[in-house]
Amino acid sequence: MTARVLVPKEVKRGAPFPVRIAIQHVMETGFRYDLFGKPIPKNVVNTLVCRYDGVEVFRAEMGSGIAANPYLQFYTVAGKSGELEFSWVDDAGVEGSERVMVTVVP
Amino acid sequence: MTRSRIAVARRRFLQSCGALVVWPTLARAQEADALPALVEKLTGAKAPRDGKVTLDIPRIADNGNAVPLKVKIESAMTAQDHVKTVHLIAEKNPRPLVAAFFLGPHSGKAEIDTRIRLNGTQRVVAVATMADGSQWRGIAEVDVAESACYDATNP
Repeated sequence: MTARVLVPKEVKRGAPFPVRIAIQHVMETGFRYDLFGKPIPKNVVNTLVCRYDGVEVFRAEMGSGIAANPYLQFYTVAGKSGELEFSWVDDAGVEGSERVMVTVVP
Repeated sequence: MTRSRIAVARRRFLQSCGALVVWPTLARAQEADALPALVEKLTGAKAPRDGKVTLDIPRIADNGNAVPLKVKIESAMTAQDHVKTVHLIAEKNPRPLVAAFFLGPHSGKAEIDTRIRLNGTQRVVAVATMADGSQWRGIAEVDVAESACYDATNP
């Protein structure tokens, strides 16, 4: 699974900055049927965790009510430069992760 | 004789028209009662207070498959006073609990953007649980032109 993460080039120390992530995923609801009338099993990204330097800063538990290719924007603060690490898992057990460096300026 | 019969028929017709007008309003009132129970079932929030939570969502959504939504919660986001959990609920979705977000003092600002699926015209509710245990609620009504789960009820 691929994902795109976007953070500002530089962030101010202690000031909240926006973090955006878009994961490529069908987010299959489980309510649809294929051409043969067989139900397509539910498969959504159910958990997304974001850590900053190993500390959990954001967690999302999602269901079929989240649109395909889930997009999230949230805020976090940073005291010093570090690494923002995302990891997620879908109902089929497929895991994905993405890392991005955050540069903090005073 | 004929005149009076016509008059009675007309009266009956007008009365039934009146009933038709009143009926949807009554149905609405009954729906309003179902929502707090649904919210309590999904979030455990017995009586969330209205306020602090703002839902930024289009009043009319063309396509229910991806409706942009922003949840904002008034909070200082300090170690003592911050938002812990945000539950998103769409009352008429087959799975009404859309998502749960977990925040903390590291968030700095309690604001989340995402895109949700909506199964028809309905209300969307966000319930925020604060660090002190208080619960707040924000509601938005959305008219959805094209529902997301078009084949959920008709396989």
